[in-house]
Amino acid sequence: MTLRVWRQAGPKALGQFKDYAAKDLNSNMSFLEMLDVVNDELTLKGEVPIAFAHDCREGICGTCSLTINGKPHGPGKGIATCQTYMRSFHDGDIIVVEPFRAAAFPLIKDLVVDRTSFDKIMQAGGFITARAGSAPEANAAPVPKGVSDLAMDAAQCIGCGACVAACKNASAMLFVSAKVGHLGLLPQGQAERDRRVLAMVHTMDEEGFGNCTNQYECSAACPKTISHDFIARMNRDYLGATLRSAFQPEAASSDGGGA
Amino acid sequence: MNLVGSFFGSSIGRKIIMALTGVILIGFVVGHLVGNLQIFQHPDHINGYAQFLHQLGPLLWVARIGLIAAALLHIWAATVLTLENKRARGGDYGFKHTIQATFASRAMRWTGVIVLAFLVYHLAHFTLGVVQTETFKETAPLNHYVMQNDYRVAGFTVVKAGTDVANVHSMVILGFQHKVVALFYIVAVGLLSLHLLHGFNSLFQSLGLRNAKWSWLLHKAALALCVVYFLGNLAIPGAVLAGKLRPQTAKVAATAQR
Repeated sequence: MTLRVWRQAGPKALGQFKDYAAKDLNSNMSFLEMLDVVNDELTLKGEVPIAFAHDCREGICGTCSLTINGKPHGPGKGIATCQTYMRSFHDGDIIVVEPFRAAAFPLIKDLVVDRTSFDKIMQAGGFITARAGSAPEANAAPVPKGVSDLAMDAAQCIGCGACVAACKNASAMLFVSAKVGHLGLLPQGQAERDRRVLAMVHTMDEEGFGNCTNQYECSAACPKTISHDFIARMNRDYLGATLRSAFQPEAASSDGGGA
Repeated sequence: MNLVGSFFGSSIGRKIIMALTGVILIGFVVGHLVGNLQIFQHPDHINGYAQFLHQLGPLLWVARIGLIAAALLHIWAATVLTLENKRARGGDYGFKHTIQATFASRAMRWTGVIVLAFLVYHLAHFTLGVVQTETFKETAPLNHYVMQNDYRVAGFTVVKAGTDVANVHSMVILGFQHKVVALFYIVAVGLLSLHLLHGFNSLFQSLGLRNAKWSWLLHKAALALCVVYFLGNLAIPGAVLAGKLRPQTAKVAATAQR
């Protein structure tokens, strides 16, 4: 088969598609293994191998990316590129491989983009400020099964950025809503719930992601099939948090009580 | 951030503005259609209805200003969001592919712009009388219509029999006797219905009310609303084109066609 790969030497360099013949493939190879084979050949020929991001290769780290024939992570549903196998393609196919494109994901080289903007959103509120120490008694904070399952659906987000890549507006709403939803559903996340959604959305906007137009390409491309229902949940949370933060009274001792 | 800043300055805030102004505009277009369907009744009904609306005086202006504000905010939010989205997208993909975005959702910008153009024409046509001036309700002979019966709203007589009112009934019918005008109306309301299909679905998502448990019902309701809305709007110019709706007196028609 023919690979039509986006080659770009660096962030400022001009990029273009280049065709490579991918030979000696096994249908059970993963897409990344296929790229390894192509890169071996390029290396032997003295050419610069194709740069692509990868790490665990078992679909849980969120490092691999690639937009394959226009869809992030390739043709499968709920599957990351690393677990997309060559049996999903046919002999003689032309496969177009591009980086995840978004202004907030600047390109580093070839198929590798910089997803630091996601880290910044996480730093803005994707955590709970908890005492670090021995684990608390599990039954002290009861969580209904349905709620914990729903939180787990959101917690599956591996932060790969496929939602941004698939969205015609390069919106990060699915990613942010998964993080907001996951912590917002659980009792441990309640104390910082309002502050979290306001801060994460603010950082998302600052990082230059687009806005949701409710087309749901994100959830269809998500390798963890995270539902866009979480976006609705986040919108509701944001509305509530905005109103509460505007009208909630501040304690007189908000300076900490010091003189 | 203060409240105004949060709504006007943030991505989700603007989406909420989009949704809330959308609710107002949907409410208006549906109410507008229901009111206008009175054209199928005796001319007293739509003429009395128009007179009643004009009698509201300052209240009518409150409604008008509210609607204009909603429309302007809707357009402002759409423009700002679209420009941001274009900037955020960065480069385009070499291989274009859509997974599940609906046609209605992808056509929003174009349906919106065409509906806006239609709105301008519509106001120039039936409200301001800039086009088709010879059959405008404030131009003779259509500026006189004597009510034959009382026009009632919620049981109260608001326009008495014998009142001299504008002949909206004839204005609309004579307006739609021009085929190009009627077809433009039909195409525009068709695009508006398509716009509403995605808009109605979307507003529930933007306000955080939609989820997978009942979204099938929401989608069916949106589809039903749009189909009924389109058919209702099609009925008026359609009936005129088919010759089923005629101006109430031959004399008026003859004068207008002169």
